[in-house]
Amino acid sequence: MTGFQYSAPVSVEEAVALLAVDGKARLLAGGTDLMVQMRSGRVAPSQVVDIKRIPGAIGIRQENGGFVIGAGTSCAALGEHAALCAAWPGVVEGANLIGSTQVQGRATMAGNLCNASPAADSVPALVAAGARCLVVGPQGQREIAVQDIPVTPGRNSLAPGEFVLELRLPARPAGASDAYLRAIPRTEMDIAVVGAGVNLVVAPDGTIIEAHVALGAVAPTVLLVKDAGAALVGSKLDDAALQRMEQAVSAACKPISDKRGTAEYRKSIAAVLARRTAKIAYQRAGERS
Amino acid sequence: MNDMKPIKPDFKIVGTRPVRPDGVDKVTGKAAYAADMAMPGMLHGRIKRSPHAHARIVSIDTRKALALKGVKAVITAEDFPELDPSIVAAGGEAHHNMANYSANCMARGKALYEGHAVAAVAATSPSIARQALELIEVVYEPMPHVTDLLEAMKPDAPLLHDNMFTQGLPETPTKASNIAKFFKQERGNLEEGFASADLVFEQRYTTQPVHQGYIEPHACVASVSADGQAMVWCSSQGQFMVRDFSAKIVGMNQADLRVVPAEIGGGFGGKTVVYLEPLAIVLSRKAGRPVKIVMSRDEVFRATGPTSASVMDVKIGVMKDGRIVAGDVDCKFQAGGFTGSPVMAATMTALASYDVPHCRVTGWDIVTNTPKVAAYRAPAAPNAAFAVESALDEIARELGMDPMTLREINAVRNGMTAIYGAPLQHIGLVETLDAIKQHPHYEAPLGPNQGRGLAVGFWFNGGGESSVTVSINPDGTVSVATGTPDIGGSRASSAMMVAEALGVPYEKVRPIVADTASVGFNEITGGSRVTFSNGLALVRASEQLVDEIRLRAGLIWDVPADQVAYADGIATCLAPDRAETPLLLGEIADKAAHFGGPLSKEVALNADGVAPCFGVHLCDVEVDPDTGNVTVLRYTAAQDVGRAIHPSYVEGQIQGGAAQGIGWALNEEYVFNAKGQMENSGFLDYRMPIASDLPMIDTIMVEVPNPVHPYGVKGVGEVPIVPPLAAVANAVRDAIGKRICDLPLSPTRIHAAMTAG
Amino acid sequence: MSKVYVSSVVNGDPVEFLCDADTSLLDALRDELGLTGAKEGCGTGDCGACSIMLDGRLVCSCLVLGPEAEGRQIDTIEGMAEGSELHPLQRQFLEHAALQCGFCTPGLLVASKALLERNPDPSETEIRFWLAGNLCRCTGYDKIIRAVQDAAAELRQERSVA
Repeated sequence: MTGFQYSAPVSVEEAVALLAVDGKARLLAGGTDLMVQMRSGRVAPSQVVDIKRIPGAIGIRQENGGFVIGAGTSCAALGEHAALCAAWPGVVEGANLIGSTQVQGRATMAGNLCNASPAADSVPALVAAGARCLVVGPQGQREIAVQDIPVTPGRNSLAPGEFVLELRLPARPAGASDAYLRAIPRTEMDIAVVGAGVNLVVAPDGTIIEAHVALGAVAPTVLLVKDAGAALVGSKLDDAALQRMEQAVSAACKPISDKRGTAEYRKSIAAVLARRTAKIAYQRAGERS
Repeated sequence: MNDMKPIKPDFKIVGTRPVRPDGVDKVTGKAAYAADMAMPGMLHGRIKRSPHAHARIVSIDTRKALALKGVKAVITAEDFPELDPSIVAAGGEAHHNMANYSANCMARGKALYEGHAVAAVAATSPSIARQALELIEVVYEPMPHVTDLLEAMKPDAPLLHDNMFTQGLPETPTKASNIAKFFKQERGNLEEGFASADLVFEQRYTTQPVHQGYIEPHACVASVSADGQAMVWCSSQGQFMVRDFSAKIVGMNQADLRVVPAEIGGGFGGKTVVYLEPLAIVLSRKAGRPVKIVMSRDEVFRATGPTSASVMDVKIGVMKDGRIVAGDVDCKFQAGGFTGSPVMAATMTALASYDVPHCRVTGWDIVTNTPKVAAYRAPAAPNAAFAVESALDEIARELGMDPMTLREINAVRNGMTAIYGAPLQHIGLVETLDAIKQHPHYEAPLGPNQGRGLAVGFWFNGGGESSVTVSINPDGTVSVATGTPDIGGSRASSAMMVAEALGVPYEKVRPIVADTASVGFNEITGGSRVTFSNGLALVRASEQLVDEIRLRAGLIWDVPADQVAYADGIATCLAPDRAETPLLLGEIADKAAHFGGPLSKEVALNADGVAPCFGVHLCDVEVDPDTGNVTVLRYTAAQDVGRAIHPSYVEGQIQGGAAQGIGWALNEEYVFNAKGQMENSGFLDYRMPIASDLPMIDTIMVEVPNPVHPYGVKGVGEVPIVPPLAAVANAVRDAIGKRICDLPLSPTRIHAAMTAG
Repeated sequence: MSKVYVSSVVNGDPVEFLCDADTSLLDALRDELGLTGAKEGCGTGDCGACSIMLDGRLVCSCLVLGPEAEGRQIDTIEGMAEGSELHPLQRQFLEHAALQCGFCTPGLLVASKALLERNPDPSETEIRFWLAGNLCRCTGYDKIIRAVQDAAAELRQERSVA
């Protein structure tokens, strides 16, 4: 790391002003990516703007039947929020797979999202959930879909001075649930080789009436595979529907080979994970109908 | 069997499990490791490293860095003497050629791997030191590189050293190559052996470089005075090794260099050589202030360790009844930028567990543009055992024989001779195999997608030079100085052996690891030698003290020493017609000034008579048929331990070695990109086993004592890493029905094997 | 570059220190406050040797900036024993020989204590996953898990008596 100015603003306006000073200012939420990037020299910010002291930046509140999660909220805090875990178990389990217990104590979903890694564990479930972000910046505030944040690996769509202040999860009907699974060589402490998030709404008779399937680490950004979701709608998650979903998943994958796995492996595993994840989500939805 | 009889069955302390003497400091955060050291006026050192895997260093301009405020010294290879290749490590260990180690510490003329040090700075703060590194201008002329072992052997491969002509061949080649050395062990008539075999099995096995993975990065502080005398505080597996290597590399007298051993945060062989100390000494000498250097984890991966990648071709001939009649194993080992892979040990250990009448094991030491390898726990034996034990597993299948039976038939027994010529005595392989066979794990049922693997491992164990001092204090307590870093509980075992020999309570014996000026010469902590060699010295010193105590009590009572009995800390007068009150050890010690002087004995010896040991491991896995992920369900490790002085730390060695071996088998490997740069130089992507990856590891300690040691010690630390690679691979083979001959057995690789035809 | 003034509470005591803005909390603890019990094994949050409690939450101090500690409560390994009275976890680690080199031990103890405060009766699996971010290369984890289990039992006993 080389020298930078540290500030911990207590208002959004102050934070926006600090972040807009120059193109090298960086936002600090949990810091679990930023600290590593600074240490390796990959980023050398002029300013580090800690947003965690802005009122509302940390915390989870229920609003209009949904949830609003402050950008500085640690993943560990998500796992401790009973109502959130009940409504969005997949979102929480994705977030709770990021790093170790220690990392959980700091890492945030907003940071995981804005870091724009295609393998980010919390993002597929957020995308499948249809989560949205409240973005604040010099031009005021706007709300955008979660999947519009990452652009390419390591780059997000935020303009200079902008940052995500809140993540918003929509209200849940009865019979709705979600799940997230990832493939890693170890049992923990790994970057997803493939991740799959599935969000379902199931009618009382077991018929899927809404389905969203999102995949991580199989393309430059997390993919929302519309065909995979469509393959499940109208089914009771029978084998034929699952097979159609798997085909859609395989067709959508455009993975690369790297140190964490081959493209071939990723493609094959994506279908397996999507199937397993869908089954978990379906079972959970059944328990909530 | 005679061997099995306890040598000294009435132990009071040996075999118990007291709290280690250094334990409380380690659970309270007080224990001082090298990076915890700080000195007044201390500077911070940083190292500039080559981004190229192979490059000529055209020039290094340090002027801008030196001009930066706060920079006190900048060094390059020019600051080190050029060493004659005849200069080797203490004890004449030729594979530790100091010219090579000097050039490994600081590249001379060429950078031979990515991460090779090319310059270093010392500055008043870490951030100034970092900035200074950016200001050092190095002009490189990148050269073609080769990181792959087999590629490096090709005649047209990029040459690392123009002057490398393969040693050890009947005729030394005239053309330079990357093949540094050739080794061979043989016995019998190979052709005859294979001709007589009912079945000949052949297979190639490969392993990738893996790192020792100690959690403490290398660190040191050096302080050189204006008169040239110096002190170094550092984390190593041998303060005397650090003194020897550093003094030779920087060109100073050993008496002028005092090396103080800090607590060591793991080594596993990786801290048996120097990286930082010579640099810190030269920086401190130039700057006139103490200099501290601490490696980052990234530097540890790129510039230290690892162990060799290896390619092993195994050919084994067996009879239908399971007798092995011939074995031919060829081992190619990667040495990294400089010669010195452990391949010779591969040739000695590959077939050491079995009685093979006709055999040959050959070895090739190959340089590549990768970090120079360092020892890693039983160097080379895990690789060789992976190959041979995997092959035996397949042979057992082909013969329709239980893998245990195949090993029982061929196991070496007392009175046989090892392939490397040593007579095998006091060995316990048969007993260890039997221990596994009798364990409930051996017959436990397996579920779907599950498999079981068995494998055997051999290690020589080590003896060698040890010096210790045992002193009885005026109050009867005992101070012990050893000279080998305590890497896994050796202070506990030292105190226990002295307490046993002196007949005093364990808590009254306080051991330290002394610096190089405070105790005689010691070889490193390594080779599973410490409890054996130090133990011999400690018990001998204690026995001399007992003689002395009897003499002193005799002086007090005015009777000859043979009229004094000593046991359990009490001297008793045996002289007839004398009713002397027995004397406590403390009472005798307190009168030392008037009766014979200080009660202290130093013993320096070169321990001989070491006995090898064997491990037999049994592993159950479950393989996810869709993803190729392996779960280790159950693991049982039996080992002939000689005698366990402190059973908990013996178990700990077995469990730790097994865990490292499991990591080696499943996920660990160096990944290099096309430029020859390491791609996974952090714990996240290097993937050592974490707590949730492993089951409990059951241990069985088989005690077949070595009578050369008064308490039967053999050495236990290394053999536990030898069997796991094959035990896991054999279990995976059993689970998926297909043999994978290349490590690691990553999900990707297993998935590919399962989905291929 | 001017230093940042930081005031926080470490192991119950108020402390003040100055550090560069880019100093990690780990380095601030070690170099500015002389609390060298937390170790740096990786500097990237992957080994857990630098584990501390920050406002009651287990974190890697290498992933926290020193200035972030302003106004926060920090607990480190140095505060675990009460005077010369070891915490049951510390005692059990010693009794079980759950350490060899000892470098990872402070982090493992801090992390284990955080677990037992939340979950007084964790299963083996729960312990293993909670401690997945604490690398130990010496022990194979077996004795560590057993030490945590026995410390948990001891603490439950203490609570039921109290």
